[in-house]
Order: sequence, then C-alpha cells, then structure tokens
Amino acid sequence: MDIANAIDPKMIDAIIRFGLEVLIILIKIVVVLAIGLLHVAYATYFERKVIGHMQVRLGPMRVGPHGLLQPFADGIKLFFKEDIIPANADKVVFYIAPIIFMAASMVNLSVIPFSYSFTIADFKISPVIADINIGLLFIFAMAGIGVYGIFIAGWASNSKYAFLGGLRSAAQVISYEIAMGLSLVGVMIMAGSLNLTDIVRAQEESVFGMFAIPQIVGFVVFTIAAVAETNRTPFDMPEAESELVAGYFTEYSGFRFAEFFLGEYIAMIIMASMATICFLGGWTLPWYILSVLPFLKMVPGIVWFLMKAYAFFFFYYWIRATLPRYRYDQVMAIGWKILIPVALANILVTGLVKIIITTLHGA
Amino acid sequence: MEQSEKIFETRELNVSMGPQHPATHGVLRLVLDLDGETIVKVTPYVGYLHRGIEKLGESLSYFQALPLTDRMDYVSAMSNNIGYVVAVEKLFGIEVPERAKYIRTIVGEMSRVSNHLLWLATHALDIGAMTVFLYCFRDREWILDLFEMICGARLTVTYPRIGGVRNDVPQEFLDSLWKFTDEFEARIVEYETLIDQNRIWLLRTKGIGIISGEEAVNWGMTGPTLRGSGVSYDIRKHMPYDAYDKVEFDVPIGSEGDVYDRYRCRMLEMRESIKILRQCIEQLPAGPVMATAPKFTLQPKDAMMPITHPVNEVAYVVDAKACKGCGMCLRACPAKAIAGEKKQAHKIDQALCLQCATCFVSCKFKALKIIPGGKGLSEDKLNEAAAMPMPDEIKKAGEHLVAQFEFIKKGPKVPEGDLYVATEVPKGELGFYFVSDGSGKPYRMRVRAPSFIHAGVLPRLCVGHLVADVISNIGTIDIVLGECDR
Repeated sequence: MDIANAIDPKMIDAIIRFGLEVLIILIKIVVVLAIGLLHVAYATYFERKVIGHMQVRLGPMRVGPHGLLQPFADGIKLFFKEDIIPANADKVVFYIAPIIFMAASMVNLSVIPFSYSFTIADFKISPVIADINIGLLFIFAMAGIGVYGIFIAGWASNSKYAFLGGLRSAAQVISYEIAMGLSLVGVMIMAGSLNLTDIVRAQEESVFGMFAIPQIVGFVVFTIAAVAETNRTPFDMPEAESELVAGYFTEYSGFRFAEFFLGEYIAMIIMASMATICFLGGWTLPWYILSVLPFLKMVPGIVWFLMKAYAFFFFYYWIRATLPRYRYDQVMAIGWKILIPVALANILVTGLVKIIITTLHGA
Repeated sequence: MEQSEKIFETRELNVSMGPQHPATHGVLRLVLDLDGETIVKVTPYVGYLHRGIEKLGESLSYFQALPLTDRMDYVSAMSNNIGYVVAVEKLFGIEVPERAKYIRTIVGEMSRVSNHLLWLATHALDIGAMTVFLYCFRDREWILDLFEMICGARLTVTYPRIGGVRNDVPQEFLDSLWKFTDEFEARIVEYETLIDQNRIWLLRTKGIGIISGEEAVNWGMTGPTLRGSGVSYDIRKHMPYDAYDKVEFDVPIGSEGDVYDRYRCRMLEMRESIKILRQCIEQLPAGPVMATAPKFTLQPKDAMMPITHPVNEVAYVVDAKACKGCGMCLRACPAKAIAGEKKQAHKIDQALCLQCATCFVSCKFKALKIIPGGKGLSEDKLNEAAAMPMPDEIKKAGEHLVAQFEFIKKGPKVPEGDLYVATEVPKGELGFYFVSDGSGKPYRMRVRAPSFIHAGVLPRLCVGHLVADVISNIGTIDIVLGECDR
C-alpha cells in the first residue's frame, strides 16, 4: 500500500494549513517585536529631541545626521558596559528581576491589534499576534506581574534607595492600576467586549466615532493613571532622581539596566496603544471626518494608529518637560481620593445611560 | 528565646543621603532616620570639601588670600571677593573711588542674579521641573559671558581688588548689561509661568519647612532664607557698603516662612537687582577705579615697572661670578629650569624658562641678570651679556619688581586690632573677622559662612516631613558646600 494513500489528503491539507498558520504567527511575532524594539529605540530619540527643543537646546546631534543613530550608539554602549552586581545582593533574584519586568511588558505587545485584518491567498490575517477575548484583562494582568519585577529588583539590590524605590513603585502601580481598570470599565460597557479589536469596531460603528468623546472622564482618568503606571513625570516617585538617586534600579548597570529601560518604554508603547485603541478609535477615523474628507479612506489604518499613538507619546514628553514632581503621599492621595471615585462615578453614569438606551430601543 | 521576643520590635530605616547624591548640592551628607517615608531625625555632616581656607588665610598676605575667597562660594565668587575686599579695606582704613564702588555694586548684583538663577534652576530640578533648569542656565550664561568680558574668568573671577577693582569696565560691557536688564524682566516672567502658579509646585512648596521669624533669627539665618520668614534684615539696606546707599531698592520679605515664601523672596530679589543694576549704570561716575594709597594697595603694573621691553622677550641668566650656589632660585623656579650643584654657579635652561622672574626676586646676591631682548640668543652671547653691568633702566625695573614681589608676599603694615565686617552675599550674611597683629598677614581670619549656618537649620526644617521634602528644604536654604566647608 502506498504511504501517500495511507493518510487522508484532507489531513495533509489540514497539516499544511496548520503549519502555515504557525509560520504566520511566527512572522507576526518577529515583525511586531522588531518594530516594537525599533520604536523603543526611537522613542528615546524622539523624547530627547522633543524635550531638547522645549528646553531651548538641540538634543542629540552628534551620532549620525541630527543624531539619528544615537539610539544605536546608546544600545551598543549599554551592551558592552560592565555588569556590576552588589556584593550583598540576592544574586538569583537580582538576575531575574529585570527579565520579569521586561518580559511582562513585552508580552503585552501580543494582544495589541494594529490595523484592519486583510487576506493573503485565502488566509485571513488579522494584525495581532493573539486575538484573545480578554485582551484588556490580559494587559492588566501583565502590568500586575511587571510590578513584581520592580519590587524584587528593589529588594534584591540590598540598597536602601532601591528598596524605597521598589516600595513606592509597588504601592503606586497597584493603586493606579485600580484607577486605570475602573476608567476602562466605561469603555467595556459601551463596547460590550474585552477584545481590543471589538472595542475598535464598536467605536467605528458608534455615533461619536471614538470613545474619547462620551467617555471623556474615563479618558482623562486613564491618561493620568497611564502616566503614573509607567512611572513617568510627574508621578516618577519610584525613580525620583533627586530623592532616591534612581529608585529601584539604582544598583543595576549595563545590560540589566537596559532591560528595565526597555521594559519601561515598551510599557509606554502599550499605554499609548491602549489609549489609541480604547479611546481614540484605534486605526479608524470617525465617520464624520470621513464623510467630509472621503479621500482619507485610502490611507491605511496603521497610519492613523501610529499617529494617534505618537500624539500620546508626545503628550508624555510634553508633561515631562513642563511639570514638577508630586510627593509620594500626594500621588497616593490623587489616586485613591480623586481618580478612583471619579472613575466609579463614570461607571455609574455610563451604566445608567446604557440601560436607558437599551430600554428605549427595546420599547 | 530572647530573639523571638524582640522579633516585633521596629526600628527606623537609616539612610545616608550623600555625600554623593544628585540633590544635596555638592558633598553634603545627611543621615536620615526614616519611619516609612517620614523623617524622624536628620543629622547633617559637613566637611567633605574642607580646604582650610581660614588657616591658609593666616599664612598668606591680605593680597594673596583674595583668590581663596573665589573658591568658597564658587557660585557667586564675585560677591565673596567683594565681601573680602570690603572687610580688608575697613581694616586698612582706605577709601575706595566712587567709580570702583559703583562697579563693585554692579558686579555684586550680577553675581546675585546669577546665583539666584542657579539656585532656582537646581531647586526646580530637585522638585522635578526640568525645563526651568535649562532656561535659567541659558540666562546665567549671559552674566558669565559679561564676567568674562571684564576679567577673563567666568567663575573664579578675583575681579575686585583691595582698594577698588582690577580694571575699568569697557563700554560694551555696560551696553550688554543694559540690554540684559531690559530683557531679563521678561525672562523672570517666563520662569514664573512654568512654576509660580503650578498646582504641583504649590503643593510641594507651600507649608513645607515653616520657620517663624523669631526662630529663624535665633538659628542665625540670614539673607533671603531669613527674609522669607518676614524679617526685614538686609545688610545692603541697613549697613550699606559700596554704592548701596545711593541706589533705590526694596527688600522683599515673605510672611509664612515656608519654602514657597523663600522662593518668592528670591524671585523678587532678582527684580530688585535689575533695578539696582539699571540705577548703577545710569549713575556710574567717571574717575579712577583704584584707591591711591600706595602703602596699602597694589599699584597698576605699568606705574611700578616701566619696562619698555615685552616681557616674553626677556631672558634671565645667572651671572656665574656673582652666584654663590645657594640654591634659592633653584627651589623657587616653578618650571624647574634651573640646575646646579651646591656652592657652584647655577644655570638656567632657556628652553624651559617661563620668564616669570621668580628666580630674580629670590636671589639674595643679585647674581641674576635680566637681558632685554635676550630670548633666542646663543648661550655664549647670553653669558657675555650677563657679565656686563645691567642698564640703569632695567636695574630700576628690577628693583620695582622685587619691591612689588615683597609687597605682595609680606603684605602692608596693617594697624593692630580686630574687626568684623559683613556684606550681603546672595546666600545671606557673609562676614569676615580679622585679628591683626600689625603684620601683613592676618593673625586669624574667620569666615562667617551663611551656608554653614543654614545647613545647621536642616534638621529643624525637615523633621516630621517626608523624604521628598528634605530635597525641597535643601534647595530652599540655598547652600554651597564650598562655602560651608571652606
């Protein structure tokens, strides 16, 4: 008997199809990671340039034209730096901490959708690595794991500054995660889904075009919480340079420091993407803009996605150049006494409106 | 067993902040006892930058000690210089020409503005406002450039002299300064738009580090740090020196005595400084910039040394016949250009010689000869010229040179007694206390440094607040450790 006949041709088809799908996922992972890391590199460049020009100076200018190769120079420098481990550090934990932190924020890239899905041959490709139904929850969960990285980094360094930084960070990130989660509940109610692609689709179909308009309160709360969650000015308590030297990564050097750095910037990218997806309509434009300027339909969705994310990035840098730093207790007070109650009120109002609308529709 | 009973005992976290720390403004070390984030106890340790300036002052003549004062508060070196020369002038009892007084007032106020700019920059940076830092440095640059224009140095200026100032100011300096006073008002407004009404700034500064006027006086606080508590004490106003009695200005005072009030005081003070600068430029009289008191002041070099030959073309040669081989010049030479055995004639290596004349003034046997235009001549020709008697003109110039050297090194004959003179530097009251035993060097020089006294107030200001407030308190007392440790 022929071996080829022993297996059902449908089976072979299925196996090939499965192999191709795995291949597609692998390609997606490579593309997303490469683009994500490139964005991290140029986010630092963009940050230094933007803040430089806000502060009447030029920013990096030496490496390459207008300092364009500066991120690579920095990367190479960090890679070849001596890796110093404090004598009294808890070595194993000290090694693991930056990996946890970086991995936790990198994994988030897998659930972020970037554009419309498209078809090559008869494969429907959606530009997201894992189109899971609980994308939003997944991101929160991973942010929660990231805190472990920060906290055990602070603990394992066996340094008082790092310890204080780690403590502050744990308290701050956990508090603001609540505010951020609550601020997104409004979006969940309006979209009726936790899948990020569905949330964007819901915005495309809604009257407002983007949830930032009906959910303006949620958007403001989310923006503030996102800044606090990524430990950026004015909430950069954990690494407050003038108080705690560098906070939880005081004792880290060389590539381990780079891992924290990378994780932090990827977290920023995630936050910018979340804001884009949940509030600014993702890769879509509101229908009223499209009806006025119909030629904009020809622009691929990824362009709008990136532009919105970059705008959010710019906002990050802008406030960094403008605002002083809050004190630790003030940060906590804002989180618990202002943001959480406001977010709760927002959920209540959103829920009531939703009920009223459904009842009216039903009637 | 004993251990298990103690297991629930808590103790404060002991953190050593500094001497290497980004926000302690130099090498201040604070040992903090923390209960969570709350400060239980603060112990400042100073002395990491101690260079013994007071002691050095005792072994140097009054003229020589002047550059040391630059190195105290290097942020406002000009004010330190002025404080020193004003004190020494009182001790000598000499009167300074009007023009020099005005110029000193001008540079003193410039130094105040530049100091306050640096203070604002670092204070804001400590609290997290990064942009203010760079804006302030941009404008401070202008003042430093102006300093460079009048004396060639930007930080350690040593521009004022006992009895006046080193040289007159050029017209471009006054023009540029006038332009600065025109534009600076708008610049202050620019800084204020960033922080003055900023909610975060107010949260971080209002109600922090409160100290009442009475307590502040008891702690010995001076300057804007004291005036923020509502005590109007300004030496420029109440015990005027230089030209401060001829200009109109206000002394801004605060009311609450917190970090914010001290910040407001300094911002207003910058505006007052601009007012003083404008008045001084308008009133600047003509005349000499150095007092004529030959017994007490350095005379301009061209008056003392009528050498018509360029200094760098002069060669110094040892006259082999006159040299006793004592080794004085050998030891004195900074370039180590002189070689020779004991009791044998020394020789100068012309290639290494710096033409500094140190050997000339150190030689007791008049064996050194100045040969005008001797640079680059062959050794034989130089020796030939050295054997000849020196021309009268050169001889006279040489005598002047020795006289000036001795005068600087030994100092003038100073009346005996002791005296304390205080001036208002940007950081507070800078006092110089001299005990004179009649020689050209002070028997004791004591500096009352405001930074040192203010560093002592830190525990009073910080205890009970949070870690972040330590930083704003360090900023608000405006200390420079160079001055604190001396």
